[in-house]
Amino acid sequence: MPIKRMLIANRGEIAVRIIRAAKAMDIHTIQAHSEADVDMLAVRLADEAVCIGPAQAAQSYLNIEAVVAAAKATKADAVHPGYGFMAENADFVRALDAAGITFVGPSADVIDRMGDKVAARLAAKAAGVPVVPGSKGRLDTVEEAVSVAAELGYPVMIKAAAGGGGKGIRIADTEADLRKMAPQAQAEAKASFGDGGLYLERAINSPRHIEVQIMGDGTDAVHYFERECSMQRRRQKVWEEAGASCLDQETRSHLCDTAVALAKAVNYVGAGTLEYLYDRETKEFFFIEMNTRIQVEHPVTEMLTGTDLVQEMIHVAGGGKLRKSQADITRNGHAIEVRLNAEDPMMQFLPSPGKINTLRVPEGDGIRFDHFLYEGYQVPPFYDSLLGKLIVHAENRDAAIALMISALEGLEIGGIKTTKPLHLALAHDASVRADDFHTQWLEPWLAAGNLKPTP
Amino acid sequence: MAQVLSPVPGTFYTQAAPGEPQFKQPGDSVASGDVIGLIEVMKTFIEVKAEASGTFKKFLVEDGAAINAGQPLAELEG
Repeated sequence: MPIKRMLIANRGEIAVRIIRAAKAMDIHTIQAHSEADVDMLAVRLADEAVCIGPAQAAQSYLNIEAVVAAAKATKADAVHPGYGFMAENADFVRALDAAGITFVGPSADVIDRMGDKVAARLAAKAAGVPVVPGSKGRLDTVEEAVSVAAELGYPVMIKAAAGGGGKGIRIADTEADLRKMAPQAQAEAKASFGDGGLYLERAINSPRHIEVQIMGDGTDAVHYFERECSMQRRRQKVWEEAGASCLDQETRSHLCDTAVALAKAVNYVGAGTLEYLYDRETKEFFFIEMNTRIQVEHPVTEMLTGTDLVQEMIHVAGGGKLRKSQADITRNGHAIEVRLNAEDPMMQFLPSPGKINTLRVPEGDGIRFDHFLYEGYQVPPFYDSLLGKLIVHAENRDAAIALMISALEGLEIGGIKTTKPLHLALAHDASVRADDFHTQWLEPWLAAGNLKPTP
Repeated sequence: MAQVLSPVPGTFYTQAAPGEPQFKQPGDSVASGDVIGLIEVMKTFIEVKAEASGTFKKFLVEDGAAINAGQPLAELEG
């Protein structure tokens, strides 16, 4: 059943983006909002609005009962979760299922399966998607570790089998390193976790983060090519591109085709992203995880392929078949997105909520600004700092960077601090312009003082 | 009498985590630079530090309260 009345269970720029897509499809829009978000742009644009609780996200945007009750009360036949909040919450999807309301995204079971790292890794392997080579089970002796490492190839990462997070991880470049580090790691694992078992995994030095956009309708699935998202600070993406210029055509095809195989294997419905680490030296890529939602950086793919991905995911959620076959999906030129956050990049990225006094948005061919701002709007302190995304599209990467510089110069968000100076500095940086960076690049670049106040 | 003011708007916490003791109790001595609370702003936690030394008198807002920039958060004596 095509969707007729859709509740948007999110806020900020993605709520605005979803409302625009829904309106283009003649869907009645109902914006859910917290008490702190009464004045947000999405509330003003939606056909109707419903309050779901106090400012604290735990009591509003993350409150399953409140959102389901709001959907029922407003007679919504579907809920779009956006990204973050409850976009990958299987319990939320089950609660909507029980109420007979469509979730714009995959099934609860697929969310569960892909949200579990081990299950996702197994599903990926079964579909022929390369995963980071690692030991099959726990390793109890140094000799076992040495023989497994010889199969995996150096450098290897030594982890505690019982551990979690990044604690106690060592990287061995050679067998001699491993023979020295393994006993230390065993002793530390025993002391920390009461279990000296080790786990080995191939270490990828200076990897690039590459991801593939997929879309499925439950039987068929297609890819919309890849994105390059290595520019990260504290694991948060800062600057994203489509496509990844570092890939050759053969590698790109292999990467995208295996992503489609995984999507088909799990009968995927909606928009999804497979994230990979890419080793530029060996041209190997390894699956890290799958995100079962629309991503912040989806506009670069929309610009590259000329497709409205948000409309397409709403269409398939309403039971529609994919409207584009793989052969219909082509890539054209190059797109770059930068995230404008309410943070002061000159002050360790201190958050900067507050009132928008002036707003000047750049316009022109190949320029798009997805945001939720207006003059006089008070950016609340309760949610994340993303204000908007400036996206440019041009015939090639160099032209896209040049267009990004002029678009950034034409963007003015007055009254609060934003990350605009960071993006201008990046766009002028020689390594960025040479496409020579990786996931560990930005933080040392910042620490070295490369971002200077503009006079 | 000195007041500790909030540097940013957000949510104020008088303890490092639920169940932990409060950063300061009435009567505690406070040195300049001591942490007296946390503010959650845009999913980031910022330490609120005393800019003067003295004796802690009381918090002026409750744990978990929404606060504005410049709002008094606590009082010190001496």
